[in-house]
Amino acid sequence: MTATLPVAGRRAPRGRRLLTDLAGGYLPLVVATLIVALPLVWMVIGSLKTPGEVVTQRLVLFPAHPSLDAYTTASDQIDFRQLFLNSTIVTVVGATIKVLLALTTAYALVFVQFPFKRFIFAVILVALMVPAQVSLIPNYTLIAALGGVNTYWGIILPGLGTAFGTFLLRQQFLSLPKELVEAAEMDGAGHLTRLFRVIVPVSTPTIATVALVTVVNEWNDYLWPLVVTSSARMMTLPVGLTLLRNSEGDVSAYPVLMAGAVVVIVPVLILFAFLQRYIVAGLTQGAVR
Amino acid sequence: MSSGTATAQARVDGAWPRAREPRTSRPGRRDPLALWRSPRRRRDLWVFLLLAGPNVALIVAFCWRPVVQNLQYSTLEWTLGNRTARFVGLGNFVEFFTGEGGRVLWTTLLFTVFTVGGSMLLGLLLALALNRRLVGTTFARSAVFAPFVLSGVGVGLVWVFIFDPTVGVLSNVLGRLHVHMPQWFLQPGPALAMVCIVFVWKNLGYCAVIYLAGLQSVPGDVLEAAALDGAGSWRRFWRITLPLLSPTTFFLLITTILSSLQSFDLIRIMTPLNPGTTTLMYDVYLQAFGGYNRGGYSSALATVLFVILVAVTLLQVRFLERRVHYS
Repeated sequence: MTATLPVAGRRAPRGRRLLTDLAGGYLPLVVATLIVALPLVWMVIGSLKTPGEVVTQRLVLFPAHPSLDAYTTASDQIDFRQLFLNSTIVTVVGATIKVLLALTTAYALVFVQFPFKRFIFAVILVALMVPAQVSLIPNYTLIAALGGVNTYWGIILPGLGTAFGTFLLRQQFLSLPKELVEAAEMDGAGHLTRLFRVIVPVSTPTIATVALVTVVNEWNDYLWPLVVTSSARMMTLPVGLTLLRNSEGDVSAYPVLMAGAVVVIVPVLILFAFLQRYIVAGLTQGAVR
Repeated sequence: MSSGTATAQARVDGAWPRAREPRTSRPGRRDPLALWRSPRRRRDLWVFLLLAGPNVALIVAFCWRPVVQNLQYSTLEWTLGNRTARFVGLGNFVEFFTGEGGRVLWTTLLFTVFTVGGSMLLGLLLALALNRRLVGTTFARSAVFAPFVLSGVGVGLVWVFIFDPTVGVLSNVLGRLHVHMPQWFLQPGPALAMVCIVFVWKNLGYCAVIYLAGLQSVPGDVLEAAALDGAGSWRRFWRITLPLLSPTTFFLLITTILSSLQSFDLIRIMTPLNPGTTTLMYDVYLQAFGGYNRGGYSSALATVLFVILVAVTLLQVRFLERRVHYS
């Protein structure tokens, strides 16, 4: 950390240093934080306004009587609770299976003998680079043929194969001392016991990273759920919100739209606030060597 | 390990192999059947298939197969949901490149250049500001990263509210300053600018955090030596910091280009039917699911997108290999 101190700053006299700190350090810091925070604050304020307060020509900074009307209106137009439930189911089920698959695959790649391991790892790695958009139509026709349109499994299944989690966990497992697993094997522990009793407990930070990034991605996923659901009862939250926007052309709907934005943004924001270290680590993986 | 034959190797390997990755697969490469001869190894094969099989099968089914099938679809004149299709060869590609292709690719190029340039430039400036030991930098660092993890749909809705030409807070503030507010949503140019601004807002923190990691690895003594030699801070930045950051810059360039090319939710939620923001990615969606139901044509566009993405990725792979050699 010390190495990163600006060299000239260290020698500057005290008063001037305070000034440069303020202008060059705190000012951009505050401005940047505000640029991020203000739109989100505006979203929350907007969701508490009445349609009238939005439509007027003069700017209403704070609603006179903050109300949750927008949230109930939104629930009337679209089944908010159902959307939230759908998103939660898809996120929890999808992320759980993905993390489990990543764990077992990474374990197999590192600790189990298999003749074509390198080739299989390459198959997984290249999948990291295949964008979801290219598989859109083929996956849609397959899932539709299997009857998966407007079903939970239809939303979840195509995204289950996980290259990202496998890659990250494999790197972590490779760094573990082999003696750890050997000792467990001597004690007669089977592969699953070795994985869940020995490897998992010492790898919790990486697993947390993979789990959190997976949860965030599942929650925010939009393109595939949009394509594979047409019934409002089966949509996830982001897809349902599009419905809200499309059905309303007039500006008085903004409080309702902001209520929707709050519901889809705030859960992830809270998660991020508490566990940002792990999320940032996962999402910036590969950049920092 | 001094084993001469493959069988001896397999026996020695009875316990866990000592060596790391390369050696674990070596016995198999010499004689794949050696693994089948020992019952214990045979069991390992089954364990491997059980543990890794499902994931690999899913990846092959939903990641690899679509790439091939997409190529096949792109040669068809085919309405999504129809059982019959007509083979048209390269017809879809010809139609795209002689028809709307120019406009769509131009829009994609503009969108990519502005979003990548904007988020990297501002990200670097932000990283420089955050790269100081001041109270609150840790908080600011995670604060600016936050938009990156938020739902694109939610973020799009918030900014549509801010940008709204009649009731939005921006038009209100600009109106007081007697600045005329354009009808963002209707005109191609302003609509594109609007989506670019929001994309940059969302990605800025990512670039800043990566740049920050790069800045931390710039050796302080080199900068100090340059300062003693009389190099001003501007000169030190251009001559030392920026060149040392070039691997980071390249990494960000690639990842941001990839994410920009695949950007979908912001465009869809903010300007659903504006021709000025119909990028290649968005057109893939529109042609198949936007009412046209043109499965084959959309697959052709997806193939074009895929080729571009692979080209960019290969660039990165080549560069990363070189970087490994350097270090």
